[in-house]
Amino acid sequence: MRESNILRAYGDREGDGMVQMTFTLAILPGDRAREAAKRFAEAHGLADPLVTAMEQVSPEHSYFVVYGRSRHGVDAAAIHVEELAHKPLEREEIEALGKTLGRKVVIVGACTGSDAHTVGIDAIINYKGFDGDKGLESYKCIDAHNLGAQVENDELARRARGVSADAILVSQIITQRDCHKENARAFVELVTREGWRDQVILLLGGPRIDHKLARELGFDAGFGPGTKPSQVAAYVVEHVVERARGKHVRPGVGGAG
Amino acid sequence: MARVPVDLEKVAHCRELAAAVASDVQSTIDRHTTVGVERTVARAYGVEGADADGRPLANALVDRIHAESSIGHGVAWFLGHALASGAESVQEAAEQLAYGERLPKPGEGSESDEAVRRALLLHTDEALARIDRASEERERRKRTLGLGATPLKYVIVATGNIHDDATQAKAAAFAGADIVAVIRATAQSLLDFVPEGPTTEGYGGTYATQANFKIIREALDAIGPEVGRYVQQTNYSSGLCMSEIAWMAAVERLDMLLNDAMYGILFRDINMVRTFVDQYFSRRVIARSGITINTGEDNYLTTADAVEKAHTVLASQFINEAFALRAGLVPEQMGLGHAYEIDPWREDSFLYEVSQAQLVRQIFDRHPIKWMPPTKFKTGDVFHSHVHDAMFNLAGVMTGQSIELLGMFSEAIHTPLLMDRYLSLKSARYVFNTARHLGDEIQWKPGGIVETRAKETLDKAHTLLSEVERYGIWEAIAHGAFGDVKRTRTGGKGYAGVVPREPGYLNPLLDALESEAPRAPAA
Repeated sequence: MRESNILRAYGDREGDGMVQMTFTLAILPGDRAREAAKRFAEAHGLADPLVTAMEQVSPEHSYFVVYGRSRHGVDAAAIHVEELAHKPLEREEIEALGKTLGRKVVIVGACTGSDAHTVGIDAIINYKGFDGDKGLESYKCIDAHNLGAQVENDELARRARGVSADAILVSQIITQRDCHKENARAFVELVTREGWRDQVILLLGGPRIDHKLARELGFDAGFGPGTKPSQVAAYVVEHVVERARGKHVRPGVGGAG
Repeated sequence: MARVPVDLEKVAHCRELAAAVASDVQSTIDRHTTVGVERTVARAYGVEGADADGRPLANALVDRIHAESSIGHGVAWFLGHALASGAESVQEAAEQLAYGERLPKPGEGSESDEAVRRALLLHTDEALARIDRASEERERRKRTLGLGATPLKYVIVATGNIHDDATQAKAAAFAGADIVAVIRATAQSLLDFVPEGPTTEGYGGTYATQANFKIIREALDAIGPEVGRYVQQTNYSSGLCMSEIAWMAAVERLDMLLNDAMYGILFRDINMVRTFVDQYFSRRVIARSGITINTGEDNYLTTADAVEKAHTVLASQFINEAFALRAGLVPEQMGLGHAYEIDPWREDSFLYEVSQAQLVRQIFDRHPIKWMPPTKFKTGDVFHSHVHDAMFNLAGVMTGQSIELLGMFSEAIHTPLLMDRYLSLKSARYVFNTARHLGDEIQWKPGGIVETRAKETLDKAHTLLSEVERYGIWEAIAHGAFGDVKRTRTGGKGYAGVVPREPGYLNPLLDALESEAPRAPAA
């Protein structure tokens, strides 16, 4: 038994379904273009669409802003989402937990393949961290290695094994034509082929990554935009300590959902 | 104008310190060449094309000579020798040398140095004339069509397909862009060759190739008369092919190049010596061609904190300026970079941003300084992001920035869509116009936040430069003085391509470029 809870877009009044859309069409401004934008919005389920802006943005394109009432709703209770099982921990809790291991937790991170954007991996690993949350390097119980950008998969695997990494963080920012997925999947395959997949926790991060996608690609967990270093630290330390205690928890399984 | 007080003696001393730093490095530069420099020389002499596997002849030629440990004599010596001994053309000479059975050796029954040099004379003249013709053509078009008002609005296209890039570039010009950059494919900076021909596949951007340069140039030349102003083209002279790309840009009539004396070292982990030698030759070509460089100090603030490390940007600008002067550039060609990257939720962060922007404007008063938008604190909230960019635009216009790379509200999401770029340009047009003379109308409170911050930034930059000068740039970089990134002298990529020059090193092109007095481009 579960209660049905249909969610509708909320604008000014409960159930009004108000949403806004912006898009570009290959047509120049005019009555025909306005009508085209209106129909385009209707085709997306908007009732009473109002075209509030129509401007030429290139020699052959117009840009539109449309408001309308969405006819659609979603049943939140019927949704199953893979969520990270860990609960947020304070720095002191992470350090205390890490101390029980009797050695440092070794974490290696890199932007792999052709990806040269280190903003994400730097924010997670480097001491400075992000938004007041210090990076993995700042934890006494963690030995963090940031390999930087454009690290090939086999290089990452080699370096990670060289320092007996407990966890590997793969950062993928560039997403053109799904190259981030192929590259990430190939890394998991490499580690599996080399026979040490079950000895390491694999994490995937990036603006287009979520836990579900990471799991689909064979990682243990995925971290999307807005992730704080302390969340990654908590996740890794918790799971490494649990593994060391012999309680081999398959990370990511269970939790809400 | 809302000026900040600047201690001119301190600025002069910063310049002296930076000059000493550049001088120290120059002695290393003058004793080395690289495979990148030699490929540039080969291309300038007319070596072109690639084999069936896409390996450029310039690479096959230089690698062959390097494999026999002879590249320290200069590829010019080998080309000149082949010409003196009967090759019909430079191309034929290059093919013989790259694929022939035996490589001649200087001094071993070879042609005389005099004969080798003589064989190259006309080819050196033609190489220079090719740069000059492109340069004259660029200036002629600029004069005819005129440029937009400053800050010049700079936008990026990055579809991966050069033909789509051309469409997007035209749309950007239509929407008000003054400068269009085609972002490179992400891995290209680490390729030790320049791909050949037009390209339609690239991740994160489009390959910089000579053919691609030509396609975008044609598109912008076509749209210029339609929009009533000259639209400038830019690309990246950085990475392992820094100088080859500078040469291609010079002959294909690009207007600007991202070109930084230290960026490759810090952010691409390219070897220090390799980068310094390559940047020098690339800048010699750039000096001759009249291209404007854009330096990359903005990047420091993406890896280091923008409040704590603001002075590293200023210190690096002095160093980039010193290296550029050494290579014959005039200040009017130096688009020194800086950025609006302070945490937007920090109280009075706007005042800190304005303070530094104004300080840089006053210190580098002849330079077309380049103002970079917020990226680090951008989120997927496009509406807020658009407001953030508007504040950046306001700081830009009130401090008289020369070149402004416009922020995109979708910065944290994807490469800009057509409408993203349009809205960004529209917003910049509005802010620049509505606040056009704001900077002329106001004065900063004496001893207030803006003035105090400007003074502090210059003081700290001066201290840092004093340290860099004392220890030398090699040590300074090894200790993370810039962008919090640490590199070593023999580490990094491309070190195998650094070679000491032999006593008889021959490079008539460099000799000619070095004998040239710096000249200001026609404004």
